[in-house]
Amino acid sequence: MTTLALPKTIEGPVERKQGSRLSWTIQDALTVTWRNLIALSRNPQTVMFSAIQPIMFVLLFVYVFGGAIHIPGVPYVDYLIPGVYVQTVTFGAVATAVGLSEDLHKGLIERFRALPMARSAVLAGRTTADLVRNVFVVILITAVGFAVGFRIGTNFGLFLCGALIVLLFSYTLSWGFATIGLSAPNAEAAQTMVFPILFPFIFASSAFVPVSDMPGWLQAFAKNQPVTQVVDACRSLMTGGPLHDTGAVWAALAWCFGLLIVLSPLAVRKYRKVA
Amino acid sequence: MANSYNSPIAVEAQDLVKVFPRGNVRALDGVSLQIETGTVLGLLGPNGAGKTTAVRILSTILEPDSGSASVLGHDVVRESEKVRHIIGLAGQYATVDENLTGRENLRMIGRLSHMSRKAVAERATELLDSFRLHDAANRPLKTYSGGMRRRLDLAAALMANPPVLFLDEPTTGLDPSGRQDLWEVIEELTAEGTTVLLTTQYLEEADRLARDIVVVDHGVVIAQGTPAELKAGLGTSVVAVTLPGADEVRLALPLLAPLTDREPVIDGSIIELTVENGPAIGAEVLRSLDGAQIPVHGLALREPSLDDVFLSLTGHKTEAETEEEREGRKAARRRRAAETDGKDAA
Repeated sequence: MTTLALPKTIEGPVERKQGSRLSWTIQDALTVTWRNLIALSRNPQTVMFSAIQPIMFVLLFVYVFGGAIHIPGVPYVDYLIPGVYVQTVTFGAVATAVGLSEDLHKGLIERFRALPMARSAVLAGRTTADLVRNVFVVILITAVGFAVGFRIGTNFGLFLCGALIVLLFSYTLSWGFATIGLSAPNAEAAQTMVFPILFPFIFASSAFVPVSDMPGWLQAFAKNQPVTQVVDACRSLMTGGPLHDTGAVWAALAWCFGLLIVLSPLAVRKYRKVA
Repeated sequence: MANSYNSPIAVEAQDLVKVFPRGNVRALDGVSLQIETGTVLGLLGPNGAGKTTAVRILSTILEPDSGSASVLGHDVVRESEKVRHIIGLAGQYATVDENLTGRENLRMIGRLSHMSRKAVAERATELLDSFRLHDAANRPLKTYSGGMRRRLDLAAALMANPPVLFLDEPTTGLDPSGRQDLWEVIEELTAEGTTVLLTTQYLEEADRLARDIVVVDHGVVIAQGTPAELKAGLGTSVVAVTLPGADEVRLALPLLAPLTDREPVIDGSIIELTVENGPAIGAEVLRSLDGAQIPVHGLALREPSLDDVFLSLTGHKTEAETEEEREGRKAARRRRAAETDGKDAA
């Protein structure tokens, strides 16, 4: 049997590249992002699932429920697609919780903590990787939307602004879900904990049907919750016309930044505690 | 290896205490230890003795409730970042990413250790070659065997060539040849000046690798010294007499007990005497049994093993788990199985 022979080329602790603390903070986050994206690409089931789910929703609502829903002044598909963007990235944020929970319980975060890397890199790398994934999700939904008849009612610039709000919202949610992922006893539980929170926000919103069709007591919640605001903002920017609503755009931005300011320190605090 | 650190003590811990509020477990209750530069310290103890907690404190993952520790003169709490630059950690469970290839894992660890890209690439190739992972280098870890994962885990700990290594039960669950491989690597590392803290449940492993041994149980150090010193505390040799059966054991015991000042150990039809002068006592045993006309089936002389030391110190053998531990392990396995099932279903 050949014995293991250690390489002899490095004498003493390896020389480390010099760099400012800030540049290492960014590089460490990018390294973890790179790792998360590779891991994602090696899990074709996860990729397939996150691709199939929005397609199903588009087909379901356009061809099955859509006929029963009438929006004055716009085709239902133009009303629906902005809602599907928001619904998909919201459900997709579960991946942030599950991924962090796995890293924590498989001991990888433990190893990270014994490395001289920036402490922020695990959370920053996870949320950034999820943001990159959501860019692909947005592109996919756009393609599917166009295939079933969705058309931009404003202009391409405003459409992009709408997409950016979707991504900002997804990034905000990732930080919230990071805290849940770090609190859950395992990845499976993280997933189970998240859905009951998500359901009312997604379905009691303007994502698929107008809020004004809901009973009065539900409207009070549905009108003012962040998913509705973000969906309405996207409709205003992507479809416009009778759905134009500048107020919703500002409300959506306020929700996103407000939640980000509240949720990210919570996640950081939880990370320091558990890891 | 040229060692730039002149202090003879590489790792030092003083009165470490760590209490986990959940269940109010005193995982460490005043543990002190010292490791001389370039040597292996074997931290020995049964499951739940506090070994892993000690490693986690020394590798800056956990902060102690009280007490202090330093690595190459750097305090693990106040100068944790400096400490992280000079240590390598390989865990009981291979803490590497399953979805990444062997090379990608090493690259990730190297980059996060702030090595230059060029150094990372070179070092990863060297380590993959020398750990016989060259052919598997570009395969995801999911396809690796347990032994390969463990080798990669150790390779990851060695990426930045740290002068101090913490190995937490590195050979648990490995087959004998895998264990032999890792032992040789550890010997080679210390020959080059690396300081190693090795936790293990295998006494044979500590006996072979460690210059000093610290035995912990319930968060307290119950013995320390070189393997030879620990064994010497038990007397120099063990005389094991095999008799035909229990009746003969009962007859022989009063004759043999006076030959040693320690309590004879009875194991079925074998009587074991721990004595200072093995050969002389062995002859004496045969003479007195012959005189009493008790037939002897066998007589063996051996050095006391660390197993004997462990048994006399803790009152239980290392590998024989208590009922509670066995239950705990079963529960953990069920949890893991449930997690895996859940993942497949999702």
